[in-house]
Amino acid sequence: MTTQAHHGAGPGTEGIGGAVSGEAPDTTRPETSYDAHFEVWRGDVDGGGLEDFTVEVNEGEVVLDIIHRLQATQAPDLAVRWNCKAGKCGSCSAEINGRPRLLCMTRMSVFDRDEIVTVTPLRAFPVVRDLVTDVGFNYEKARQVPAFVPPPDLGPGEYRMQQEDVGRSQEFRKCIECFLCQDTCHVVRDHEENKAAFAGPRFLMRVAELDMHPLDAAEEAGHDRKTAAQDDHGLGYCNITKCCTEVCPENIKITDNALIPLKERAADRKYDPLVWLGNKIRRRTT
Amino acid sequence: MAHVERQQWDVVIVGAGGAGLRAAIEAREQGLRTAVICKSLFGKAHTVMAEGGIAASMGNVNEGDNWQVHFRDTMRGGKFLNQWRMAELHAREAPERVWELETWGALFDRTPDGRISQRNFGGHEYPRLAHVGDRTGLELIRTLQQKVVSLQQEDFKESGDYEARIKVFQECTVTQILKEPGSEGEDRVSGVFCYERESGRFFVIEAPAVVLATGGIGKSFKVTSNSWEYTGDGHALALLAGASLINMEFVQFHPTGMVWPPSVKGILVTESVRGDGGVLRNSEGKRFMFDYVPDVFKEKYAESEQEADGWYEDPDNNRRPPELLPRDEVARAINAEVKAGRGSPHGGVFLDVSTRMSAETIKRRLPSMHHQFRELADVDITAEPMEVGPTCHYVMGGVDVDSDTAAARGVPGLFAAGEVAGGMHGSNRLGGNSLSDLLVFGRRAGLYAAEYARGCARERPRVADEQIDTAAAEALRPFGVGPAPADEETAGEAAEESAENPYAVHQDLQRAMNDLVGIIRREEEMSEALDRLAELRERARRAKVEGHRQFNPGWHLALDLRNMLLVSECVARAALNRTESRGGHTRDDHPEMDREWRRANLVCTLAAEGASGAEAETGRAGRIALRRREMPPIRKDLLELFEKEELIKYLTDEELTSE
Amino acid sequence: MATGTEPQQSTGPRPPAGPRPTGVHTSTRAAIAEPHLRKDRWWLAPAATALGLLAFVVYSSWRAFANTDYYHAPYVSPFYSPCLADNCATMKGGPNWGLFGEWWGLSPALLILIFPLGFRLTCYYYRKAYYRGFWASPPACAVAEPHKKYTGETRFPLILQNIHRYFFYAAMLVAVILTWDTVLGFRNEEYEWGHMGVGTLVFLANIVLIWAYTLSCHSCRHIVGGRLRHFSKHPVRYRLWGWVGKLNERHMLLAWASLLSVALADFYVYLLATGTITDPRLF
Repeated sequence: MTTQAHHGAGPGTEGIGGAVSGEAPDTTRPETSYDAHFEVWRGDVDGGGLEDFTVEVNEGEVVLDIIHRLQATQAPDLAVRWNCKAGKCGSCSAEINGRPRLLCMTRMSVFDRDEIVTVTPLRAFPVVRDLVTDVGFNYEKARQVPAFVPPPDLGPGEYRMQQEDVGRSQEFRKCIECFLCQDTCHVVRDHEENKAAFAGPRFLMRVAELDMHPLDAAEEAGHDRKTAAQDDHGLGYCNITKCCTEVCPENIKITDNALIPLKERAADRKYDPLVWLGNKIRRRTT
Repeated sequence: MAHVERQQWDVVIVGAGGAGLRAAIEAREQGLRTAVICKSLFGKAHTVMAEGGIAASMGNVNEGDNWQVHFRDTMRGGKFLNQWRMAELHAREAPERVWELETWGALFDRTPDGRISQRNFGGHEYPRLAHVGDRTGLELIRTLQQKVVSLQQEDFKESGDYEARIKVFQECTVTQILKEPGSEGEDRVSGVFCYERESGRFFVIEAPAVVLATGGIGKSFKVTSNSWEYTGDGHALALLAGASLINMEFVQFHPTGMVWPPSVKGILVTESVRGDGGVLRNSEGKRFMFDYVPDVFKEKYAESEQEADGWYEDPDNNRRPPELLPRDEVARAINAEVKAGRGSPHGGVFLDVSTRMSAETIKRRLPSMHHQFRELADVDITAEPMEVGPTCHYVMGGVDVDSDTAAARGVPGLFAAGEVAGGMHGSNRLGGNSLSDLLVFGRRAGLYAAEYARGCARERPRVADEQIDTAAAEALRPFGVGPAPADEETAGEAAEESAENPYAVHQDLQRAMNDLVGIIRREEEMSEALDRLAELRERARRAKVEGHRQFNPGWHLALDLRNMLLVSECVARAALNRTESRGGHTRDDHPEMDREWRRANLVCTLAAEGASGAEAETGRAGRIALRRREMPPIRKDLLELFEKEELIKYLTDEELTSE
Repeated sequence: MATGTEPQQSTGPRPPAGPRPTGVHTSTRAAIAEPHLRKDRWWLAPAATALGLLAFVVYSSWRAFANTDYYHAPYVSPFYSPCLADNCATMKGGPNWGLFGEWWGLSPALLILIFPLGFRLTCYYYRKAYYRGFWASPPACAVAEPHKKYTGETRFPLILQNIHRYFFYAAMLVAVILTWDTVLGFRNEEYEWGHMGVGTLVFLANIVLIWAYTLSCHSCRHIVGGRLRHFSKHPVRYRLWGWVGKLNERHMLLAWASLLSVALADFYVYLLATGTITDPRLF
């Protein structure tokens, strides 16, 4: 690894030129800039550790800016996943000072200037390299949730839904799939062996989203999402300790609005003696 | 050369944004085995950044809307430079494409009678944008992603393999389109050469049809709303494969990007802010847009604040506010205000919704803007105005394609859809027309690529080993292990010269493009840009990276530089050549729109290599050849949708009398 | 600022993660020896929760088993209402329903406390609180839990958490009775109506919090409207669901507030019954 001794003059630290033509590039270094101490985990599946960096920080910057500055000036092969840098795509998930966060939405101003900022990859998933992890688990789970079933009697353009009926599912569709909830959920974070049986908050929320969709015809087609939530997706593993809600960058109330309602819906099916009795009788008569 | 894995698929889609996924769904539904290759994770494509909505003349909010009105708006927005057939297909098919999303599970905001709600947007005569708050792009990408998954679930039921007929190769990059040399010089596409970002492993997908859906080029500019993926890959791949690019001089600068703090400069502030009632003010508190309504739009826009405010409630008896002019006009106006010294403290202007809507309404209608400003700029948009300024947003130019089939002209088997395709939007794209463009032409590209691939079933094109070796060598060059593609003399030189940091080259490129080929252009500056690009090309050739091939961002950037440089040269050359101002192309030295230029497309191709490849690459001549091409005349029935008085402003007398 | 930018390898060997590494120490995951890297006082919340709950358990056990000092006209301790055994103190017009007859010799509080206790024990908020506070499962977000195995609420006994809604129904009944007890509080010591003391205010505050907590329950939210697919077809239930939802957002706060208020109401009766204080009468 190479370092540039005078990173102050390196790329990535210069003032930002204006989009507005004619504006002179900002060449003066603002007084608000300072040097921060970072510990960044570097390595791969064979091992690795935290590496120390001292790096310049300017006003208004987020942790991702600092990681980029490290790439441009000190560690050109530092692996990090990112995309939009605006909190909309959910790519730059990592753990900062031990907490699952988006690198692009964590402002440097939340840290003390002399505080060491520790950045590690997500710790619930296999590491690929540096800050990049293998999030394949989530894509596997996504495939296991049966898709939206369109109502057979409605063609394109004939769908009519009221705003109040789509509101709940719309909240869940705000999900940017950053997988921070999947990362923080102790069911899989602390118990690798549960990964097979448990879909994780993101995909239980997907089940809830479809079950609350005003026109989903899965039930008519013979698939009961409420029962499946428990039998196929491991809803029972969730002990509603709410870490998924705590880390959600979109502020989706995953636990209160998706997981608990889903638990109640599953209870409707499986733990309600009246419903149970009704089903028994119906089965006998048919 | 090490063994490179080969896979056989029927259709390859490069890019998994809106256009790519829509194409993939179509090709798969046509029964063909479809591979999707994308640089990011599945579902992270740049489409998620689209905020405002999908333009489609469903007429749910105003019954007066229909495809003809949408077509008219699109042509006006593009200053009549649009490929009119594309604009027509787009306007006709957009509603179907939106409705189809609902059958795949999309949940748009609703009207009181339960239909899809539609919102106002710049340049659209009626409320036309189907939306979900201000996160429509996310809804679009998620819906398409989930549709792909549902097709995979079908395949799994049938064959036990999710990826039997549609597979997403995520975090992979295509570096070359491979072609089989054909009989009469008609080389046809035979596949793509790719590497896995995660491992650095090379692989080849053999397929008779390749659909480019790689999006735009914004990462060549410093202040941009675009993500790192927007390195013009598809544009460059098409050029290198022998296709041509048109309209590359037209780059859209979105009028409202964030300007403060510096680290978020350029991040988009959705046009919905203005569509829903936000107004632009300068440092004197004046709504300056009233001073910037150009002649061609004079009749359509309000002249007083009172009239403009009345329009939100009563659009039939009031004209629309000038804040809702097409983007190019608003961006220029903001630029002019700042230059005149009436800008905000950080070099933008003020965009205010706080005095126009209740905090509750703002949070409901613009949730992600509220969130974005609160989190990134400490600004509460329900209480104070935003500071905004222009940001590079979209490229109107792209691969020269057949309007109906999305097939790239001159390269059998190559298709392009979405931002990477050119023509549809003319010189300036209307907000909301991008998402509908993705769906309409994504589907068409998938459909016709499938049809084409089916025709090749009996005799699939072959990929020769030497082609793979050459592609692999080029990809390895930044490590200094592969031979330079030029002759040995230059390779030796290169080794002696100092190695370049790819990040530094990239930043210099962004600065050059931003400062010299930005929103307002001058001849001298663009000539200088071409010189600088030549230097940068030279430096990029010496770019060297550390480490190994496993998830190495420095290496990835070094490879992307080739694409950015090619595309930047197209932009600069075309912009220098077009001596008028139109849409996304504004010349300080030629400020007027010229009717003669209306008929002309500037076409970029890869310059014929001279005596040796090295000369073409190192010489100041550049790598791009430019020629002017006449556009086909607009079909009569479409022309008749406009008033004669309006056409006079755009069309030459000759065109008007030729009927 | 130019010096000291050399990246350094982390110093010192990493301690082995244990014989069979699991959780964050699974061999495929990033090799970080520490079970977590949180630097904030993450332990404060679970510790405070555990202490608070523990304090209530100790206090309520003492009071429930005491079988004394729970009635002082016109107030009955909420721990002993309704009083379902013959050995209850006589409470004129109060909740004396000797359903269990004479054979019950223990404190009558034990009979009735099962229901509010069950309601709170299976409550979605309290579950979070004690899973985190007592079980450390997890102690805090992204802090590794100490357990080798975890099956959550998939099997006995925790699968019983699913019967929360039945406790909700029972808790509603209890709340109705406590409401009646509060009404009885508008009497004086001679059982004459139309009077009020400070105790009445304590009981009023308590019953408001009890109702707010009970109605803010997630099961309640589900039953009044959450289970519906089309709100638009049930406008009244939709509105109810909205109101319950608003309360539900404060479920945690209400859970603690009502826990405190019920203990305070009981303690107030205790103080009266033992003669420590006399109820200041307002009118």
